[in-house]
Amino acid sequence: MPTIVTVGLGSCGIAAGANKTYEKIKAIKESDKLDFKLKKTSCVGMCYREPLVEITDETGTYLYGEVDADRAVEVIEKHINQQDPIRNYIVYTDLFDAPENDFIGAQVKIVLRNCGYMDPESIDEYESREGYEAIKKIAADQISREVVIDTVLKSGLRGRGGGGFPTGMKWKFANANKSNDKYVICNADEGDPGAFMDRSVLEGDPHSVLEGMIIAAYAIEATGGVIYCRAEYPLAIKRLNIAIKQARDRGYLGKNIFGIEGFNLDIYIKEGAGAFVCGEETALIASIEGERGMPRKRPPFPAVSGLWKKPTNINNVETFANIPWIIIHGAEAYSKYGTEKSKGTKVFALAGKVRHSGLVEVPMGMTIRDVIFKLGGGIKNNKKFKAVQMGGPSGGCIPEFLSDTIVDYDSVNATGAIMGSGGMVVMDETTCMVDVAKFFLDFTCKESCGKCTFCRMGTKRMLEILDRITRGHGKEGDLEKLEELAYQIKDNSLCGLGQTAPNPVLTTIRYFRDEYEAHINHKKCPAKVCRPLLTYKVDEEKCTGCMVCLRNCPVKAITGERKQTHFINQEICTKCGVCFSKCKFESILLS
Amino acid sequence: MRIARINTTIKSANGDDQDLSLLDPLIAKHKGKKGNLIPLLQGAQEMYGFISRAAFDKLARETGIPLSDMYGVATFYAQFRLSPVGKNIIKVCHGTACHVQNAVEITESLEEMLKVKDGETTEDRIFTLESVACLGCCSLAPVMMIGDQTYGKLTGNEAVKIVKNIRLAESN
Repeated sequence: MPTIVTVGLGSCGIAAGANKTYEKIKAIKESDKLDFKLKKTSCVGMCYREPLVEITDETGTYLYGEVDADRAVEVIEKHINQQDPIRNYIVYTDLFDAPENDFIGAQVKIVLRNCGYMDPESIDEYESREGYEAIKKIAADQISREVVIDTVLKSGLRGRGGGGFPTGMKWKFANANKSNDKYVICNADEGDPGAFMDRSVLEGDPHSVLEGMIIAAYAIEATGGVIYCRAEYPLAIKRLNIAIKQARDRGYLGKNIFGIEGFNLDIYIKEGAGAFVCGEETALIASIEGERGMPRKRPPFPAVSGLWKKPTNINNVETFANIPWIIIHGAEAYSKYGTEKSKGTKVFALAGKVRHSGLVEVPMGMTIRDVIFKLGGGIKNNKKFKAVQMGGPSGGCIPEFLSDTIVDYDSVNATGAIMGSGGMVVMDETTCMVDVAKFFLDFTCKESCGKCTFCRMGTKRMLEILDRITRGHGKEGDLEKLEELAYQIKDNSLCGLGQTAPNPVLTTIRYFRDEYEAHINHKKCPAKVCRPLLTYKVDEEKCTGCMVCLRNCPVKAITGERKQTHFINQEICTKCGVCFSKCKFESILLS
Repeated sequence: MRIARINTTIKSANGDDQDLSLLDPLIAKHKGKKGNLIPLLQGAQEMYGFISRAAFDKLARETGIPLSDMYGVATFYAQFRLSPVGKNIIKVCHGTACHVQNAVEITESLEEMLKVKDGETTEDRIFTLESVACLGCCSLAPVMMIGDQTYGKLTGNEAVKIVKNIRLAESN
């Protein structure tokens, strides 16, 4: 069996320089005429160790981390030429203890079963890993539509885009409405900032999504399929296009597919154009129809009247990726994982101040503490864990003292946050919670489609209040006003964007009221983030008198001579922060 | 932080100097199809980098879609630009993960170096500076994308260095 060298080439691998690593290894292979297979794969979720290179030889499999072009030369020389694996660079292997063994070991990969383990541009490799076996099983065993829907229902799978609605139920509704034209849509508009689960599945295992859609189309008798993918994911779109062409060439899309008489399906890709609100299903449908992405009233629900007013079923990328596995392994095997009301596994995107930022897939039911500390490796630079933001702009911040909250739909909802699509942004003592609330409101305010007055204007007014608070102009009564506006916006908005936009503000006020009060009553920012509330002073012991800050100060607030301690005049200082960023000796103190 | 959609300071937004016949194959491909408006606008933007007034007029005339509908859609979505852009578009990510890792510093450093504000194009038309919502590379925060290349784990200085190198390469 020849040695195989695989380089991880997902978007984050490429951003970390994996293309150069691949080219270097290719060059050495050709120039030295070395005998091994060189392959490409996608992101395995260990983004914090990219670029990753895996070597499989007759002794076993070794995953090397941080392999830039130079290290690649070293690794090839020692491991391939001298058969001497470099232990220090190995991050994961099942042959001995390696630093990231726990990271992979604690995960249960259902959605991510193929990501990082196969070439995403090869339909043959997909098929060698149980690919397309689910739909073939349905055809061969003549499993009826009702049984397929029942299986999905029994598995307990709930919408992974954030809604958490039982997928089996959705399919049942769509199946019940008869029409000559029916559609199945994949929502790949992953708009939550900080979430990249769907991107990894689309880049790493596009066929699993196609197969999930084909099975859904069979279940509801759909005649057409659309994948709505955001334009900011060019690699995902490219891989999807390749996968669709491969499926067509193999007869998996077209007429009477899989030998099922009358089952005609084709899938095309519709690129998003940059609107967060198009992640909402009725806005998404409007966008496919060529209109502004403005949500529509429900009822009628898409299952009754959706795309082009025909019965439509929309599911998230992650939801679809689960389907083939559930059909092959059965509803019981899936529902073995998870909690009573939240079955199965969930993919989380860990980001922010956590050491191991990347993707993890764990059974529902782990505590937040375990996800962040066991899998996430704890907080960077040994700082203190303050909060974790879950659910993106629709979610909320869960404080440290609630770290024992179980991660499932209902437990997270009880804290005031939502599980959402799975983005978890970890924050430490250097994050200002008022600033975070302002950040999210700024986002939702801009992304509001404008249809509902309360959402359009209310978010703007809330943003103005938060902006004033972060500038040191907070007033008595601001918090009460924020809460009042928040509840009004929630109650009077047509779609999920407006209904959840106030959540970050409400949760931060609930759990971090003292920070707000410090900003409003004492004009101080405890986390030292809100610049207008900081004072910049020169540290007399460290200042070398280099005059860099003096020259760069836009309002000439700094005085001093060469090699003499400088001085910042607080009356003139506009707190722009330029001196702090320019000082090479860390001599500007913030308080 | 989004780019201003209708920027009237750059005069050639009218499209007087464009070759509009390039739009013909695009129109032929999508004419009469349902939901064709967004692909038409995306195609036009891919061709010219932005959608000029003249391009809008031609599209409206030949497809029968009212100009007001086209403007309504073009100004709704963040992707569409109605004024010319630079040769290289710098997209600085301001998603949640990048924000807590100080993405603001990246934008400010680039604003200072390029002498433009967020959303504007440099005088020599080589760069346009934009802020975008989330590029999906959160583990490498803070991140920026220039063309198809993604750069992660940036500091203000590193971002400036990368852009300087591109500028040097452009002038050669």
